[in-house]
Amino acid sequence: MTVAENEVIIQVQDLTGGYGDTVILKDITFDVHRGEVFIILGGSGCGKSTLMKYMIGLEKPFRGQVYVDGIEIIHTSEVDYKKAIRSFGVMYQHGALFGSMNLMENICLVLEEFTDLPREAMMSIAQMRLNQVGLGDAAYKMPSDLSGGMRKRAAIARAMALDPKILFLDEPSAGLDPITSAQMDELILRLSKTLNITFVIVTHELTSIFAVADRCIMLDGDARTIVAAGNPHELRENSDNRWVQQFFHRQASDGANQL
Amino acid sequence: MRPPRETSFRRVAEDIGQAGYSIFKDIKIQISFLGELGYKLVSSLLRPQRICWKDFYLLAEKAGADAISITALLGFLIGLILAFQSAVGMARFGAEVYVADMIVLSMFKEMGPLITAFVLASRSGSAYAAEIGTMKVNEELDALHTFGMDPVRFLVVPRVLALVTALPLLTLFNILFALLGALVVMTLLGFPFIVFWDRCREAADLVDLFSGLVKTFVFGYFIAAIGCLRGLYTGKGASAVGDSATRAVVTCIVMIVIVDGLFAVMYYYLGI
Repeated sequence: MTVAENEVIIQVQDLTGGYGDTVILKDITFDVHRGEVFIILGGSGCGKSTLMKYMIGLEKPFRGQVYVDGIEIIHTSEVDYKKAIRSFGVMYQHGALFGSMNLMENICLVLEEFTDLPREAMMSIAQMRLNQVGLGDAAYKMPSDLSGGMRKRAAIARAMALDPKILFLDEPSAGLDPITSAQMDELILRLSKTLNITFVIVTHELTSIFAVADRCIMLDGDARTIVAAGNPHELRENSDNRWVQQFFHRQASDGANQL
Repeated sequence: MRPPRETSFRRVAEDIGQAGYSIFKDIKIQISFLGELGYKLVSSLLRPQRICWKDFYLLAEKAGADAISITALLGFLIGLILAFQSAVGMARFGAEVYVADMIVLSMFKEMGPLITAFVLASRSGSAYAAEIGTMKVNEELDALHTFGMDPVRFLVVPRVLALVTALPLLTLFNILFALLGALVVMTLLGFPFIVFWDRCREAADLVDLFSGLVKTFVFGYFIAAIGCLRGLYTGKGASAVGDSATRAVVTCIVMIVIVDGLFAVMYYYLGI
């Protein structure tokens, strides 16, 4: 990311949320800059995916604001929300491709909803997106015929259908073998560089974090808030937070040592 | 240590209260969903280009054409059994010939629509709950939301239209095969086809047939709506989809009986 791209594209302000009476995230505030690969990381169950759901307007927090490309996404009207979602795409943990449709139909469905393009133009765009993720030959395959890694790449292609400025990826490397995981990291870096897409990635895969991240925030399940923010390499070297050091150096917690 | 008596009573009271509250909450959700669906169904029909017709044809084929054999078989067997059982009783009064009257009236007005609705509730209602429930577990519903697509318009409306179309047609098949079953018994009892046909025409008319068929449109709406609702409210965990399918069938059956009762009262006052 260059200094010229240091423009804020996502702002999360004083966000507190959870389920029922349980607070999972407390006073979360951070910015994401245009064009960067931003990672939300933390241990299992610390609220990473929940935070992403708040950021894409899928769930409502107890309080706080989220601005995505200038639009406040949590308290907005349905019309403004529909405008906001044109600026981002989402890849869910298991791909969430529509099982009754092939990849081409999955991508065209999104285009049909938002554009009045003729069918041929939609199919050309869909094919281009599939080529960009290396699935050009799989356009007419059903999701059930694809491997886990291919499904995730197809989901990225679908998320890019509307030429978004931001891509949210939920655990892109989870469940993938090291080689496929590395290919996924390469894809993220390539799309970030060539299309200048801002990536917000939820993950706890250390290899991927160090391979792709420009900046990250680290959530702690006990503190229920951000315990560290910055470049992951710098955090690993310089942070004096015990939890951050345990996470980056794969050390078991004190409680786990006693087991 | 044995818990004190008040605690046990308090626990029972709490359980009853919680059960009552969850039933009340569920009814509230059902009413709100049926209202939302009604509005979206009408607005979709006013702008038919927004309905996913490709899905509709596939769903109508699955719910309708693929269910003909089971509906016809059930109709035939129930017609046969009903005719046989009633012939045994009516033979004591020399009234076997009126078996045809009884079968045609009961199949037109009650049995045909009810049996077919029960078949579709267990076949399509549960399938819709499982299908949409699986989509929820796989985050496909979240994906729809973030593509700005309304799951009710995209998933529920085509399913409701499919069942509202398929159920009346299947009911006609069910009735036809039930009458064939009754005809077999009547023939075995020594009555020629013309006598059976004459008794059927004498006992029932088109008003009786349509009074039954009108109900099937409403049954179809409720079966599809409840199946989809249970799918949309699927919880988390391995058994969630199965639970949704089971709840869909149970709720559909209860709803069919309640709606049938309301129709019976309405027809009574209308003199049908």
